Amino acid sequence: MIVMHGVRKEYRMGDNVVAALDGVDIHIKPREFVSIIGPSGSGKSTLMNIIGCLDTADEGTYLFDGQEISDYSEDELAAIRNRKIGFVFQQFNLLPKLTAQENVELPLIYQGMSTGKRRRRSREVLDRVGLLDRMHHKPTELSGGQQQRVAIARALAGNPSLILADEPTGNLDSKTGAEVMRLFHELHEAGNTIVLITHDAKIAAQTPRAIHIHDGRVLEPMDESEVVI
Amino acid sequence: MALTQTISMAFKAIAGNKGRSFLTMLGVIIGVVSVTVLVAIGQGATSSVTDSIASMGTNLLTVNIQTRRVGFGGMNRSNRSAGAKGTVILKLNDVLSLKENEYIQYVSPTVSGSLTVKAGSTNTNASVTGVLPDYASIVNVELASGRYIIDADVENRSAVCVIGQELAEDLYGNTNVVGNTLHVDGRRFRIVGVLDSESSELIMPFTLAQRMLESTSISTFYLSATESSTVGRAQAAVERFLYKKYKNDSTYSIMNQEQMLETVNEMTGTLSLMLGGIAGISLLVGGIGIMNIMLVSVTERTREIGIRKAIGAKRRNILLQFLIESVVISGLGGVLGLIAGYGLMQVLENVLGMAMSLSAGVAQLAMGFSMGVGVIFGLYPANKASKLKPIDALHYS
Repeated sequence: MIVMHGVRKEYRMGDNVVAALDGVDIHIKPREFVSIIGPSGSGKSTLMNIIGCLDTADEGTYLFDGQEISDYSEDELAAIRNRKIGFVFQQFNLLPKLTAQENVELPLIYQGMSTGKRRRRSREVLDRVGLLDRMHHKPTELSGGQQQRVAIARALAGNPSLILADEPTGNLDSKTGAEVMRLFHELHEAGNTIVLITHDAKIAAQTPRAIHIHDGRVLEPMDESEVVI
Repeated sequence: MALTQTISMAFKAIAGNKGRSFLTMLGVIIGVVSVTVLVAIGQGATSSVTDSIASMGTNLLTVNIQTRRVGFGGMNRSNRSAGAKGTVILKLNDVLSLKENEYIQYVSPTVSGSLTVKAGSTNTNASVTGVLPDYASIVNVELASGRYIIDADVENRSAVCVIGQELAEDLYGNTNVVGNTLHVDGRRFRIVGVLDSESSELIMPFTLAQRMLESTSISTFYLSATESSTVGRAQAAVERFLYKKYKNDSTYSIMNQEQMLETVNEMTGTLSLMLGGIAGISLLVGGIGIMNIMLVSVTERTREIGIRKAIGAKRRNILLQFLIESVVISGLGGVLGLIAGYGLMQVLENVLGMAMSLSAGVAQLAMGFSMGVGVIFGLYPANKASKLKPIDALHYS
C-alpha cells in the first residue's frame, strides 16, 4: 500500500535549512491499521502531507498503491487524493455552508458522479456512521463527535484505498473520542487501510502497529516504554 | 465535474452573502442601466430626426448658401449687407428659373426667424417661416383645417398665415382657429390654415416674410426632383446653376436626402458612441468592484479552497468555481440592470416625453459586455484561488 524509501523533505527558515524528514523508510501493507506517533516538531505532519499526496518529497521514493508519485503534477495528485485517499482532520474541515449530506457528496462531485448515485452513496455512508437522521443538518447544528463522523463518512464516500486521519480525536472529549476510535476499528475490521497520525501514546496504543517518528527519522521498533515523547 | 453543479454552487455562495453580493452587483446594474438608457436616448434622437427626414420624401434636395463668405471686410456681416460690392444676391426669380429644368418639379426658397406673435392678450415667440406654395408639396405638408399659402398670397404679400397646432393651443386654447386674426410683430394677420402636426411654427408667404425679417438674398431653398430616380440629375442641374452664379463651389452646399441622412447619422452615431462610452466606463468600474470583492472572497475562503483541494478538486475546478461566481454576479447584475433600465426608459418616455429607442442589439451588447466584465475581472481572483497550495490553504485560519 505505502512504500517509502529514503524520503527527505527540507524547509527553509530564513538562512537555515531544516530537514523535516531526514531519510524516512516506511512500509504499510493493505488492510493495516497503523498509527504514526511523534511529538510536535517531529516531522509527523510533513510525513502525513506526503503520505496524503498533499505534498511531494524532495528526495527518496514513494510508492502509493503501486504508483511512484514523486513527480506527479498538482492535478494528478488531486486525482489520487480524490479517488484513493479519504482524509479525516483534527478540525473536521467540513464546509460550514453545506449540509452533512452535501459535505459527504463533495469528493463524489469532483469524481464526476451523477446526482442520483451521489445521493445513494452519501446516504449509505452516513448510515454507516449512524447519522442518517442528521444528514440535512449543517455542521454548526451538529456536536463535535457528530461532525467528525460526518467527516469520516466523507472520507469513506469515495471508497478510498487509504483512510488518513490526522489527530481525529484531538478536538473531542474522551468519551466521543473513544466512540470515534471504535468506529475506526470497525472500519478496519471491514477491510479498510487506516493510517492515524497522533501525538497521543494512548491513542497509538489502540492500533495494531505504531510507527514512531522523532526529529525527522523513524525510530526502530522497540518497546513502548522506551520511547520518550 | 458538471457545469450545472458549479453554477448551482455559485448561486449558493452568492445567496449565502446576499447583502455583499447585491452591492457588488449594484456596480454592474448602474453600468448596464446607464448604457441602455444613454444609448436609448442617442438612438431615440437619431430615429426621431431620421423619421422626420424620411417623411419629407426621397425627392427632396436642400440647398444652403453661405452668404457670409462672400465679400470682404465689414461687408460680410449678414444678409443685410448683401447688395454691396462683391456679393452675389440670389433673387426669387433666379431660384424659380430652376423650375424650367425637366428634372425639377417644385422649388421653394425659405426664410425663417423668430418673431413675437400676439393674439388677444396672449403673447409668445414663434418661429416664423416664409414659403412658396410649392413648399407644401416638397416636404409633404398636411393640414388639419383651412388652406395653405397660395400663389396670390405670395404675389400680393397678403398678411395670411398657417400655424401649427401647438401654437394654436398656446394662443387660443384650441385648434379651431381658422379665420381668427393675430399680430405678428405688430402686423395684423389672418389665420387661413392649421397644420396637422404638433408644431409651434407660423408659416407665411415668402415675399412678406422676406420683408418682415429684412432678408434680401435667399440663403436656403428646397427643390424636389420629378422622381426619386432623377434626384441625381436634378442635383447636377442645381450645381451648374449655382456654380455659374457664384464661381466658387465652397459657398453653397446641395444635399439630397441620402446625404442628409448620412450627415445626421454620422452626428448622432458619434453622439451614441460617446454616451455609450461614458456608460461603458461605469460598467468597467462595476467590474473592478467585482474583482475587489472576489479577491476578498478568495482570501476569506482560503480554508474552503484547501478542503476542496485536499479532497480532490483540481485547479480547473477551483478556477471555474470562482470564475462562474463572478460571471453569475455580473450576469445577474446585467439582467437586473436591463430591467431597471427598461423601467427608467418608460418613465423618461411617458413622463418626460423623451424620445427613446432601444434595439435588441444594444440590450444584447450590454448583457454581453457585463458578462465579459465578469469573466475579465473574475479571472485574476479565480486564478489566484486555483493556485493556492492545499497544505498552505488548509492551515490558513
